Amino acid sequence: MLHIKDVNKSFGKHHVLKDINFHVEQGEVVAIIGPSGSGKSTALRCLNGLEVHDSGTITLDGEVLTHDNAMVLQDIRMKMGMVFQNFHLFPHMTVLENITFSPIYVKNIDKEQATQQALELLARVGLSDKAQAYPSQLSGGQKQRVAIARALAMEPEVLLFDEPTSALDPEMVNEVLQVMQELAEQGMTMIVVTHEMGFAKEVANRIVFMADGEIVEVAAAKKLIEQPQTKRAQAFLANVLK
Amino acid sequence: MNYGFVTEYWPMYLSGAGVTLLLALFTVLFGFAFGILFAFAKLSKRKWLSLLASAYIEIVRGTPLLVQMLIVFYMLPTFGVNIPNLFGIAKFGDYTLVVIALVINSSAYIAEIIRGGIQAVDKGQTEAGLALGMSQSLLMRKIILPQAIKNILPALGNEFIVIIKESAIVSVVGIVDIMFAAQQIRTATYLPFEPLIVAAVIYFVMTFTLSKIMNYVEGRMKQDATH
Repeated sequence: MLHIKDVNKSFGKHHVLKDINFHVEQGEVVAIIGPSGSGKSTALRCLNGLEVHDSGTITLDGEVLTHDNAMVLQDIRMKMGMVFQNFHLFPHMTVLENITFSPIYVKNIDKEQATQQALELLARVGLSDKAQAYPSQLSGGQKQRVAIARALAMEPEVLLFDEPTSALDPEMVNEVLQVMQELAEQGMTMIVVTHEMGFAKEVANRIVFMADGEIVEVAAAKKLIEQPQTKRAQAFLANVLK
Repeated sequence: MNYGFVTEYWPMYLSGAGVTLLLALFTVLFGFAFGILFAFAKLSKRKWLSLLASAYIEIVRGTPLLVQMLIVFYMLPTFGVNIPNLFGIAKFGDYTLVVIALVINSSAYIAEIIRGGIQAVDKGQTEAGLALGMSQSLLMRKIILPQAIKNILPALGNEFIVIIKESAIVSVVGIVDIMFAAQQIRTATYLPFEPLIVAAVIYFVMTFTLSKIMNYVEGRMKQDATH
């Protein structure tokens, strides 16, 4: 459903993405791993147009991502939810308003229905009692679960996660990973940039290993973690699994 | 020092204070409206528009208010801009000209206040909004501006105070504000300093009161923000 073909991206002289090719099928969970600065996050941010790729094509359900047509771009972004490392909840809105805002204002769903749906999503991420709280009153793990609920409220076809647990205190990592695992089990299509190798191995179907702006190795999750074929993946995994 | 003159001349100070406050009020209102325009022009992705706004802001901030005011006050009428005395107000044209000059000046500063307030909002807010499919205008109105206003309002109150003080300059073209009243009283009473000191006290009371009000509003806003 999502095809990335020959995507290149440079920041000035720095060539951060080199001929990126991969595709994601419906219901698949793909983890992107690799050392810092390998271009993982940039690749993810190109998918929903937060970064402008220089060349190549990104296609979701046959619709080509373009920055020349605001309607097409908006449409693709609605179909691709995104969860950020630093949550980026809207601080001037309650948890409930954070979740219902886009369904109401972007998708024009009526307020009652959006609220109903938001409460169901909050129950799903275990935060029913926080509907009227403001983001500043939540812990990091709670914020990230709200952010996931907010992304889900747009009923996206794909969810992008950009290092969703990297900004969390260690004791809060699991509550977020657990929500993500449940989503995966319910058939959500997900692309997850992560440093959580355990999560990648257990939950992802496939893992993409990136280094220096290139995709170095793609394989079934268990296989890539346990028997990486390339030298660079071996070196990286030897380091992080130590 | 002899302050007995105040009992006789206080009505002149009072009407002068009224003129000063009204000039400052209109200047802030129109300055805010144009400041928003210039701020968005400067933030615009259209290069020429952004450059034009930047040039305007830099030129206005880089030249003295006195010069700007004299240019506007004497040049506009020479080029055929004649403002009639509307609303039965004597010297309405003169008031309008000095407000135009003050607005030209303050809109540049207010534009920078607004631009700074908008840019101080975390970039992640924009990204989160875009990722949820929001249009640029929805994002600006509902996500960015409500947060930016918390940075903007205190600075705007400060600008109001600055304008109250700087507006004393209109006395040089004969607008009867606090400063002009003080000069007239000096001439009438032959007192060299006292009328000026009274003027200073009036300015201070106005600006100090305003800054206390702003502190209060700011405190309330901080409370709202933390919930």
